[in-house]
Amino acid sequence: MIEIKHLTKKFGAFTAVDDLSFNVKKGEVLGFLGPNGAGKSTSMKMIAGALTPTFGNIHICGIDITKNPIAVKKKIGYLPEGAPAWGDMSVVEFLKFIANIHGLFGKLQTIAIDKTIELTQLSQVLQQPIDILSKGFKRRVGLAQTLLHDPEILIMDEPTDGLDPNQKHDIRQLITNMASEKSIIISTHILEEVEAICSRAIIIANGKILADGTPDQLQRMAADHNGLHIHLTNNNSDSDINNITKSLLTLKYVDDVIKMSENHIMIRPENRQNISTIISKHMSDNSFNFDQIYLEKGRLDSVFRDITTINTSDDKGLIK
Amino acid sequence: MSNIAIIFKREINAYFTTPIAYIFIIIFLIMVAAFTFFLGGFLLRNQADLLSFFQFHPWLYIILIPALTMRLWSEEIQTGTIELLLTLPINIMAAIIAKFLAAWALIAIALGLTFPIWITVNYLGEPDNGVIIASYIGSLLMAGGFLAIGSFISATTKNQVIAFIVSTSLCFLFTASGSPMIISFFSPWAADGILNFIINISLLGNFQNIIKGVIDMGDIIYFLSLIMLFLFATKLVIDAKKDA
Repeated sequence: MIEIKHLTKKFGAFTAVDDLSFNVKKGEVLGFLGPNGAGKSTSMKMIAGALTPTFGNIHICGIDITKNPIAVKKKIGYLPEGAPAWGDMSVVEFLKFIANIHGLFGKLQTIAIDKTIELTQLSQVLQQPIDILSKGFKRRVGLAQTLLHDPEILIMDEPTDGLDPNQKHDIRQLITNMASEKSIIISTHILEEVEAICSRAIIIANGKILADGTPDQLQRMAADHNGLHIHLTNNNSDSDINNITKSLLTLKYVDDVIKMSENHIMIRPENRQNISTIISKHMSDNSFNFDQIYLEKGRLDSVFRDITTINTSDDKGLIK
Repeated sequence: MSNIAIIFKREINAYFTTPIAYIFIIIFLIMVAAFTFFLGGFLLRNQADLLSFFQFHPWLYIILIPALTMRLWSEEIQTGTIELLLTLPINIMAAIIAKFLAAWALIAIALGLTFPIWITVNYLGEPDNGVIIASYIGSLLMAGGFLAIGSFISATTKNQVIAFIVSTSLCFLFTASGSPMIISFFSPWAADGILNFIINISLLGNFQNIIKGVIDMGDIIYFLSLIMLFLFATKLVIDAKKDA
């Protein structure tokens, strides 16, 4: 559905997007992650047709964007950063205008608008000028604009930015419900969002792809992946804990034992393998007293930080 | 409905849902009346024509039209709605033409509301109504030229103040390029060809031909090409934005 090859954008001597290639299939929700200034918005603008690439090809549903931009734009719903809209219009006027531009008139228009209003929960502000709406409503008006013509491709630049937790939840639900019918690209800073809605994530920094995989695959790259947390009971003295630590360190596969807090230790296994059965057996065999034991999946944000800081540390100051 | 009509409708609504249209029309009418009666001496001249009414239009337009056009594109760039226009399935030229036409329609309405002076002059004497109609058309064409210049300048900046000042200056230069002030600056050193060109591109010269009743194709073509030139320049500026 979306095919990107060698996409590059230069602003003078500065390369904002550097040779990006990836595909997004129908049913996929691709999360675009990266620090500020990584090239996320620039890439999305190029795919939506607001910017012309310096090099590279963009094909949407098999159509080359440079050869037939209007046909491509009909297939895309694009939410620009900050969800801009004409503030002098009321919500319903704005949606009618967008519907007209997409060639929806009369009954078809009414159906499309009613459906979109329901999806984005805008019914209580329909007659209000967009200017006076709260940030959350403005964002939803932007979303309504993207969804109105039921496009095959959705490109959304930070769709949940500035929303409260309930609104974020609603929007994520909305995206998840549509996902099977569409190809979706969203950019975000919020890593829990990636786990919640993305079937795949790309981490970019300085315009380059640094990682590409499912959220699970990315989590496995975390230093703490399959780390084993053990909460010891309160009756363990400091020396008991030291003994436990020492005995754990003698085990095969145990790379390191880290003291997290008073009664809480974490075991880092060799090669991030799952050693929970070995450890729990060892604990009970030696009658060490513990409350709970659980496996760490690895945190996406630590993966994100590891990847983006290693690769940008020699950079000239974009991230710093 | 074509995209031009859809965007035209949106723009006209924007003028009338905000105070812009009302303020523009009222101020235009007050100023045009003040100029006609006090500076132009409409009644004192004791002539059955509207020369004292039309001759001040260029100077009024220099101030009022850039005030109308300064937001035309600057506002879209500032608020980010330009990105919507660029990513909706429309040809950007349709948006440029629609916005231009909506502003032009607003000026046509303001100009149309000056009809009492036409009635007055017909009541007081027997003017040449052909000349008056030609002058109205000439005034509207000139307004179109100023609008196109303003549209172009507005597309180059997101700052409305800059758009206003630069458009006013450019409109002034185009208006006054045939005036003694400008000519005396160029005449000592510029070649005759260049001097003639400067005199000929003057909006004022072409407009004065029309209000004197000498309406020829050349003047009309002049204004229409000025409009097309600057609307096309607007497109080039917006296209350049997609590249940089």
